[in-house]
Amino acid sequence: MKLSGAEIIIKSLQAEGVEAIFGYPGGQVLPIYDALYGSSLTHYLVRHEQGAAHAADGYARATGKPGVCLATSGPGATNLVTGIATAYMDSVPLVALTGQVPCDMLGKDSFQEADITGITLPITKHNFLVKDVNDLARTIKEAFHIATTGRPGPVLIDIPKDICVKQTTFKYPDKVNLKGYKPTMKGNKGQISNAVKLIGAAKRPVIYAGGGVVVSNASEELFRLAELTVSPVTTTLMGIGAFPETHPLSVGMLGMHGTKSANFAVSECDLLIAVGARFDDRVTGKLDEFASEARIIHIDVDPAEIGKNVRVDVPIVGDVKMVLTELNGKLEQQQSSEWQERVARWKDKYPLCYKENGVLKPQCIIEEIYNITKGEATIVTEVGQNQMWAAQYYKYTKPRTFISSGGLGTMGYGLPAAIGAKVGRPDSVVIDIAGDGSIQMNIQEMATAVHYNIPVIIAILNNSYLGMVRQWQEIFYERRYSYTDITGPDFVKLAEAYGALGMRVTEHKDVRPALQKAIEANRPVIIDFVIEREENVFPMVPPGGAIHKMLGG
Amino acid sequence: MRHILAVLVENNPGVLTRVAGLFSRRGYNIDSLTVGRTESARISRMTIVVSGDDQVLEQVTKQLHKLVDVIKINDITSDQYVDRELVLIKVGADPAVRAEIMQIVDIFRARIVDIGRKTLMIECTGDEGKINAVIQSLMPFGIKELVRTGKVAMQRGHKFTSINEIREDD
Repeated sequence: MKLSGAEIIIKSLQAEGVEAIFGYPGGQVLPIYDALYGSSLTHYLVRHEQGAAHAADGYARATGKPGVCLATSGPGATNLVTGIATAYMDSVPLVALTGQVPCDMLGKDSFQEADITGITLPITKHNFLVKDVNDLARTIKEAFHIATTGRPGPVLIDIPKDICVKQTTFKYPDKVNLKGYKPTMKGNKGQISNAVKLIGAAKRPVIYAGGGVVVSNASEELFRLAELTVSPVTTTLMGIGAFPETHPLSVGMLGMHGTKSANFAVSECDLLIAVGARFDDRVTGKLDEFASEARIIHIDVDPAEIGKNVRVDVPIVGDVKMVLTELNGKLEQQQSSEWQERVARWKDKYPLCYKENGVLKPQCIIEEIYNITKGEATIVTEVGQNQMWAAQYYKYTKPRTFISSGGLGTMGYGLPAAIGAKVGRPDSVVIDIAGDGSIQMNIQEMATAVHYNIPVIIAILNNSYLGMVRQWQEIFYERRYSYTDITGPDFVKLAEAYGALGMRVTEHKDVRPALQKAIEANRPVIIDFVIEREENVFPMVPPGGAIHKMLGG
Repeated sequence: MRHILAVLVENNPGVLTRVAGLFSRRGYNIDSLTVGRTESARISRMTIVVSGDDQVLEQVTKQLHKLVDVIKINDITSDQYVDRELVLIKVGADPAVRAEIMQIVDIFRARIVDIGRKTLMIECTGDEGKINAVIQSLMPFGIKELVRTGKVAMQRGHKFTSINEIREDD
């Protein structure tokens, strides 16, 4: 029996085990939407295509399964771009389907035509323009394979309308055959032996764990590595949750807004074991002084990350979980020494801290969120101060419970990503920790949350500033607050206008009751926390500075 | 230092854009790039000449490998290889100087492929040095038009950058 291209798309998505799609219809995807109608796939109608991309991204990060978004040609497709770039920078498996003008209209500046494969070339792991209906099923198979294997990433499939209408026999391929795509999964045995030797000889080891540990589902293996080597563990922003922050060996996040203990430990260690991390500038600060006393073992699935920013002594290309399993099997139990005590003393001496002065502090809101959810919630963030406080003051113990735009730093990510995360993990309490600036970038998705009754809680840390930019202006630009003083709407009324529950909190004593009410409401909630206006995120490493030289905290 | 990369790619639409885009986006300098089909219609071969130190080359190679359409990359710089360019030169040639030009053409074992009333078109192949030399020699006569291909290169002897080799790998 012959099926139309649109029906083939639906059948292929079903074959991939897709359950949820986030999308927005339009002219060139009408055939796909017609095939969706009455199918087993659940489609969530967002209010802006950027929301669809972020929701699919949040879904993917919360579940580990690929996220799928769908948009029409031209403006629909270009609206996905920021979301795709966000997923690309954080290695999130995402499949974006876009409609396109019919093949015979391509290249003629047709209505709602945009060269989306050209536009997304530098921000996708790969992309496709399907010009023959017979290639459609194979292309979708390849797209999911590429998006989810090796170092995951977004893949876009651009599908002209006539391809959706044309018919062919449908057979979903069992396997892919891509000559140029064979990710290395197993680590080199010789290099793993070299790593074992370095670890055995190290006096002051530190583990630096990144998002790759979460992506590879290798938290247990990382835990074992830490215990075997008795290494203090620091994570990147993307690595948060990969190692329990309640563990004595955890020193929290490192880098620009990392803890003093993490930055000191990295600066003084003699062995740095980098696991699924990429030596980003927000982590390393001044490269010459980053881990300058250390030999470096770098484990990553992407060979291009090794040696990109720092020279490493032992490179191990492979899947983090597979490499750590093999490495752990060869390691002997190391003993605790003066080094571990020293790091523990730093931890005691330099905890993250802030000053109470009677005004509502953002840090204490995060602590209350931690207390009331007992660390079991899924925390999603926007970008800026809210993101850093959320990273610092909540103790994450499980992977995929901290969802944030790290690499691209996309304001407006949080709300749609929270919706996606909640769709993927309906049993988890999902809280978007937002700023009053960021939340307004995709606030329209409140309508999506209300329409489908997706009970996400939006905790706005409202200082009526673009807080992080203001902080930089305060520190580096002599308090010249150029266009960072921002007036927001009445968020309580806004919540109500969308049909959500709105609350305002101005005092510490009301934080917990409001959170309790929000969790029990079981519907979308906005809490407008009116906080200290000029609170800063500390500690802070000035950009390009050495990470052991921190301001504040 | 200049490196010569022999790169096999899937002959998909847009593959040249993917490769060229990667170079510009990451700030690598392409000195020359040539591309054409191999004996298999589905696979093309690029010869890319790129400048940079070892670290840059390592990154170029690794980033190229990440492109799904890129099948194989060989840095053949340190091997024994043959490299060639082809140039077409239209040179001003009044009857008075034609004999002199033809002598130069002979010396370089180039060929005259077209004669106009006041011009000659000359075809020459060779390595980069020879091509530069022939251009220099013809310059005084007035070069009206010039097109050169950029480098193609192949390793000598029993070393290959070929799909046959890939089939063996499989």
